[in-house]
Amino acid sequence: MELNKFQQELFDKQRPVIENFSKKTWAWTLFFLSWVLLGGYALYLQVVDGHVVTGMRDNVVWGLYIANFIFFIGISYAGAVISGILHILQVEWRKPIIRIAEMIAVISTIIGPIFILLCVGRLDRLHHLFLYSRLQSPITWDVFAIGTYLTGSVIFLYLALIKDFAIYRDAKLNIPKWKQKLYTILAIGYRGTPSQKKHIKVSTNLMAIMIIPLAIIVHSVLSWIFGMTLRPGWHSTIFGPYFVLAAIYSGTGVLIMAMWVYRKIYKLKSYLTDKHFVYLGYIMMALGAAYGYFTFSEYLTDWYSSEKWNSEVIEKLFNPAKYGWWFLFANVAGILLPILVVAIPKTRTPNLIAIVSFFMVIALWVKRYLIIVPTLESPLLPMQDTRLEYVKYSATWVEWALTLAGIASFFLLFTLLSKLVTVIPISEFGNKGTEATPEMTEPVKKTEMVSA
Amino acid sequence: MAQEEIYDKGRRTFLKTAAVATVVTAACGSALCSCSSSNKDVASGGKVRLLSPEGEIVEIDSAYLNHQEHMAIVSKLEAREGIAGKKFVMVVDLSRCKNARKCVTACQKWHYRPEETEWLSVKLMKDSEKAAPYWFPKQCFHCDNPPCVKVCPVDATFKRDDGLVLIDNERCIGCKFCMAACPYSTRVFNWDEPEMPIDIRNLQYNAETGLPAKVGTVEKCDFCPDRTREGLLPPCVEACPNGVFYFGDENEDTVSNGDETVSFSQLIKDRAAYRFMEELGTKPRVYYLPPTDRQFPVESGYDDLSEPLKDRFRDIMENKTH
Repeated sequence: MELNKFQQELFDKQRPVIENFSKKTWAWTLFFLSWVLLGGYALYLQVVDGHVVTGMRDNVVWGLYIANFIFFIGISYAGAVISGILHILQVEWRKPIIRIAEMIAVISTIIGPIFILLCVGRLDRLHHLFLYSRLQSPITWDVFAIGTYLTGSVIFLYLALIKDFAIYRDAKLNIPKWKQKLYTILAIGYRGTPSQKKHIKVSTNLMAIMIIPLAIIVHSVLSWIFGMTLRPGWHSTIFGPYFVLAAIYSGTGVLIMAMWVYRKIYKLKSYLTDKHFVYLGYIMMALGAAYGYFTFSEYLTDWYSSEKWNSEVIEKLFNPAKYGWWFLFANVAGILLPILVVAIPKTRTPNLIAIVSFFMVIALWVKRYLIIVPTLESPLLPMQDTRLEYVKYSATWVEWALTLAGIASFFLLFTLLSKLVTVIPISEFGNKGTEATPEMTEPVKKTEMVSA
Repeated sequence: MAQEEIYDKGRRTFLKTAAVATVVTAACGSALCSCSSSNKDVASGGKVRLLSPEGEIVEIDSAYLNHQEHMAIVSKLEAREGIAGKKFVMVVDLSRCKNARKCVTACQKWHYRPEETEWLSVKLMKDSEKAAPYWFPKQCFHCDNPPCVKVCPVDATFKRDDGLVLIDNERCIGCKFCMAACPYSTRVFNWDEPEMPIDIRNLQYNAETGLPAKVGTVEKCDFCPDRTREGLLPPCVEACPNGVFYFGDENEDTVSNGDETVSFSQLIKDRAAYRFMEELGTKPRVYYLPPTDRQFPVESGYDDLSEPLKDRFRDIMENKTH
């Protein structure tokens, strides 16, 4: 594969990352691996001793795990929706960030469903989901939706990777034989012929269009696991769009954080520019406002109409002695802060945007927890149970260990994947080279519009 | 004490079963019957074909067959279909309940459940601030529009033609979605390996008997279909000293509390029966007769309770007395 000078420059910059596995990276990998192993031990206990080792009981039947499930599927939207939409709109500055976004999508779509499996009491019977599949159940919808979505995300990521694999294959990298072989296989004989180029372009466009409705379906279906029940705080008609919005929003936050990290450790400042943070910050702000609107609308109607069961849940969320502080944090860090920081020109810096993204992502995790637990702690019939663990949920170390293992495996897979592929796609950069960096975006866009 | 009884009984049943198991096992594979030579019954002439442990088909007069408790007499497929022509229904007379809790223990004993697992529980309800509290026995409502059945991804919980909602714990994957979907907190989960007497543990499972229980699966009140199939009342109905529970068949329009058998339609008409939380649209098969003209003061069900049980209702009872 012939590289133009911009591509060559970009490749040379990232070449050491995929060639070497430094001591630092080893330490990093082993650190996360140890967390994953601890999670493995926790899972072993949970399988052998039963779910009694978790904090879940007959009232709060789901806890941390399902919050993590929503969370991970949510952040996968970074790749699906953000990069899908930017691709369709032919936004030039997307090019340096789409790979990161799509990596987030694939990795979190792999990790997310593991958490719903952790809620399952009989892992030995998972095949029943296909053997006795019932179409009426939202879980069945979920199985098919997530399966399709994961496949779609992998294809979307891979399509954008083929050209790059061909570049790695031909670059005579100083890498072990198996890796060279792997690149050769993954490049599936791409030589950059006009017909190959066209096929990849058409398929990528198609996937970009398909991945958006797919992603929307996945999170809507997920929200309907809750929305379809007769539970206060869950039985809401806006849950579908509300979850979808929250997902894209948190996905944007994770994308910003990932960009910030890569920019720092791989010194890619000239590609992941300040403008990227500002543009994604604008997107985050808009999504934050929409998410805030949905949140307000959801809780206002529940609170105002003050129906008995809803009021009970609302009381738990508003009461500082119960979940009040968490609810406040979820809304301040999850809605107000990101909007303010991006809206004020003075605070609109990459560092601050990355910091508020971090808190926003945590706030959205807390929000998921607050959707699950307080509702399950408010059954329609009085509990009248004296066993404290049945009345109030508190996660055990097993659940926390598996949660940390999930986060650790996210970092682990990310590290390993970025040792295999360059986090900034090389082939995407055309002859005009830096056209994809935002500083040049505006004039380029104008000429494009003229020519169109 | 109750636990001892269970195990004692369990041992006896086990010895019987062990002796019997060597004789014949039923053909369909889910039913286990005993054929005892000391049986004094006169041969009826009705022959039943059974599969012996050696794999041979043997013909035996049905009079020689002794049905064993908790041994399913129907196939797994039939257990999903229900008892033909029946439509089970229950009426709970709240004016008679004094929280004697005999129903709870009888249920636990019959189903081999530990003391803390209550398929049937008695709640103390207080509908509004000034309203008088009343005892409210609650089991599965076997809804005609069951939210639990709707959400089950594997058809492990199902609605039968005779109105019952049952669980097949050999199919249940333990996702607990049904528990989240049930608005009445009816379902319980086996968070760890349930303790059962050895003979019960060795029983062949059938959704009609619900035994043995299995770790990681959901279970709940099943209206005891293995008993009703034989024309017996569920243990909770029989155990109640005050005749609170009426159980019967809507098609026959009769319900019985063990002492008296009455017309179902007449009873719910005369006593202005209602279904709990009708507004949820679940269409329960359990009707409640309002707690008017009560036979017992509400305190009578509280004063005799053990301290841990009193704790459950302390909020409401102490508010009331002060």
